Amino acid sequence: MIAQLTLGERRAGLIILVAIALVGLAMAIAGGNGPFGVHGALVLVGAIAGTFWLLGHYLDAPPRAERLREYYDDPSKVGVALAMIWAVAGMGFGVWVAALLAWPEFTLDQEWASFGRIRPIHTTGVIFGFGGNALIATSFYVMQRTCRTRLPDQLGAWFVLLGYNLFCVLATTGYAMGVTQSKEYAEPEWYVDLWLLVVWVTYFIVYLRTLAHRREPHIYVANWYYLAFVLVVAMLHIVNGLAVPVSFGTDKSYPLFSGVQDALTEWWYGHNAVAFFLTSGFLGMMYYFLPVRAGRPIYSYRLSIISFWGITFMYMWVGSHHLHYTALPQWVQTLGMTFSIILLVPSWGSAANALLTLNGAWHKVRDDATLRFMMVAAVFYGLTTFEGSFLAIRSVNSLSHYTDWTVGHVHAGALGWVAMISFGSVYAMVPWIWKRRAMYSPALVEVHFWLALAGTLIYVIAMWNSGIIQGLMWRTYNESGTLAYSFVDSLVAMRPYYIARTVGGLCFFAGAVLGCLNIYLTATRAPASSAGDSAVTADPRPPVGAMQPAE
Amino acid sequence: MFRLHDWLEQRSIALALGIIAAASVGGMVEIAPLFTIHQTVEDAPDMRLYTPLELAGRNIYIREGCYACHSQMIRTLRDEVERYGPYSLAVESKYDHPMLWGSKRTGPDLARVGGKYSDDWHVAHLTDPRAVVPQSVMPAYRFLAAKALPTERLPDHLRAQRAVGVPYSEEMIANAKADAFGQAAPDSSQAEGAKARYGADTTISSFDGEPGRLTEMDALVAYLQVLGRLTRVPYASSIAGPP
Ligand code: HEC
Ligand code: HEM
Repeated sequence: MIAQLTLGERRAGLIILVAIALVGLAMAIAGGNGPFGVHGALVLVGAIAGTFWLLGHYLDAPPRAERLREYYDDPSKVGVALAMIWAVAGMGFGVWVAALLAWPEFTLDQEWASFGRIRPIHTTGVIFGFGGNALIATSFYVMQRTCRTRLPDQLGAWFVLLGYNLFCVLATTGYAMGVTQSKEYAEPEWYVDLWLLVVWVTYFIVYLRTLAHRREPHIYVANWYYLAFVLVVAMLHIVNGLAVPVSFGTDKSYPLFSGVQDALTEWWYGHNAVAFFLTSGFLGMMYYFLPVRAGRPIYSYRLSIISFWGITFMYMWVGSHHLHYTALPQWVQTLGMTFSIILLVPSWGSAANALLTLNGAWHKVRDDATLRFMMVAAVFYGLTTFEGSFLAIRSVNSLSHYTDWTVGHVHAGALGWVAMISFGSVYAMVPWIWKRRAMYSPALVEVHFWLALAGTLIYVIAMWNSGIIQGLMWRTYNESGTLAYSFVDSLVAMRPYYIARTVGGLCFFAGAVLGCLNIYLTATRAPASSAGDSAVTADPRPPVGAMQPAE
Repeated sequence: MFRLHDWLEQRSIALALGIIAAASVGGMVEIAPLFTIHQTVEDAPDMRLYTPLELAGRNIYIREGCYACHSQMIRTLRDEVERYGPYSLAVESKYDHPMLWGSKRTGPDLARVGGKYSDDWHVAHLTDPRAVVPQSVMPAYRFLAAKALPTERLPDHLRAQRAVGVPYSEEMIANAKADAFGQAAPDSSQAEGAKARYGADTTISSFDGEPGRLTEMDALVAYLQVLGRLTRVPYASSIAGPP
């Protein structure tokens, strides 16, 4: 890894690590034995370990000049490994969280293991840990191929990848210690937020510099989506993260906005975390890996333009559909609902574009579990966005809001779309970056596919049932005109579904574990391929007509 | 249009600016007008601030992630009003940095739970929910009663709250520690001070049953008991009368 860095980059890396160590030291001193101090110590130890490691290789021979003729895939390799580790950890916590609602004493009597603390560990672990690493790893891969150029330098990508993982570790260990802002998907406290900002700006710069060196006049569709993901997430993160810390030395801060304003800002953020993190970024993945794996050009270039701008413009209006019938002024609710419904058009545009791309390659979908992962992901994307538009209708939302129906909807998207497109893309990319002929075991990919599909269906169907029953029980009146069920009655009715959900989650989790194993074996044992795709001068991967400019 | 796009997709900076422009409109149109406070948030002249003890309790509520299972937002729907009380008004969370409206009701809404149960009930319930409600899936929070509440930094907390717009006075900041102690020690001299600064309706009680010792349990129960009771305005305008 370090052998690939130039001497100047090794020096810069050292300076960065020492600077981080100093910040860690300052935090450890100011924070004492509170969570802030613990995080300081963690940063300090991590940075010192990194420093020693770098020093150990500091005098290795400098990289050869020929490297510049090859794509730089080392960060993508480590990124894939990290994504899979976070997948197993995050989904493991998901199963635990699910089990807690059926067996509430399963906290082992530990403070840090109660439902309220590990639920965000699950959400952050899967969204940012698994999803984020998968996005970073694939984006580095895709930007190089579609721009036909190597990453502009070796250091930037490492800073982004490792810095981002430091963010994930600080966030999740923070929740275990009770450090949280309580804003969904934006739980990390002020200092963790600031660190993410530094990492994210660097990510954007790496992206822009790669684009600047491109040897393709046109920027390929996948990159528009990745760019929207990077840019808009930065916007959301800054506005929603505005807060005043109690002091340097405490983790605690108070958000700048309160009440209604805070609620709308939070859901403007929250829904667009879904839109730009969990949708745009993964659409970028889909627009590259699906056509390449299928060996077909994207069905319609114009459709992808319309869908892209539709999604980028309209998503930002819909956050208020999380606040129907609340104290938010009604005109904002109505606007959110209206845009949520129109949003179906560009969403289905993307899903249709993906599925129509497969025309002429359906026999491959039948035989190739990797491509099937991507196909099923596109189907779930279509289904979930339809359900989303439906749930945004005020009268439907009056039933579904606050119930498990929302959780079912989230996981139709999270498992069916986000996780499936990631697994498909990773299975496609792994043999390419490790220069293997194929995955070590295609049979294991097949098993993973069926486990994932079964897990998703069990999970989602269980939550549809429990959510709708819950919603109906809460609003049912008996003949004398009083509420028919107590809250506890509804709680008792949920239990079988919570157990079913845990089982579905276990299937999905088991699939991810198999995936890890298979990737490890591919990297270490699978036979090497003769023709690598790593040379910059070789054809970029998505060429089959996919790169043609707009007519 | 497609010709324009042909131009755009050959320029990375223009593309980036285009994305920022397209994505900015929605937020500006919807969020910015909400800051014209008078049309968004009702007036509630009797609205009081959280006492330092309640604020500390609120922070424990946040730390433990109670909001992951409990909403604090009663919607304008008949069954909700009958189950939980008058629907929530915007003004009730005007001092809530952050708001805790929540999005999932694994447990019941808590917006009006203040005064619904005794302090003892809350202590027993938080210590072992299943001893009180056998079917409950709520986690047990046994450690709260054992943990002393740190009060050293309470003035800093109030000051930070003031920085984001909550009108704590200098006097409140200076007396934050004493007020926290006094609210949980009914017969102490500090109790009077807390009442004087935060209003006659302030609950003074030895929440966890041990007046001399301030614990996290005291703080959390004090917070739960004030939920829905910072102002009376919602009761004036609604179907249901005050509790
Ligand atoms: C796993 C989800 C969960 C978490 C986390 C949780 N609760 Fe609960 N809570 C419930 C359920 C379910 C009930 C209803 C059954 C019962 O009364 O125990 C409930 C009931 C309550 C009630 C009684 C409400 C009423 O009107 O009867 C209060 C008060 C309460 N919880 C406070 C808290 C506090 C404070 C926390 C955080 C320290 C918390 N809960 C965390 C699930 C949860
Ligand atoms: C093994 C698979 C998984 C299991 C068992 C699981 C389980 C759970 C559980 C039990 C909850 C809490 C629901 C509640 O409060 O009632 C939850 C919430 C959530 N999970 Fe998962 N999950 C899994 C995978 C994923 C993945 C892969 C993602 C995203 C990529 C994801 C994203 C989320 C989100 C966003 C929430 C919050 C939902 C909301 O607030 O409405 N989950 N999950």
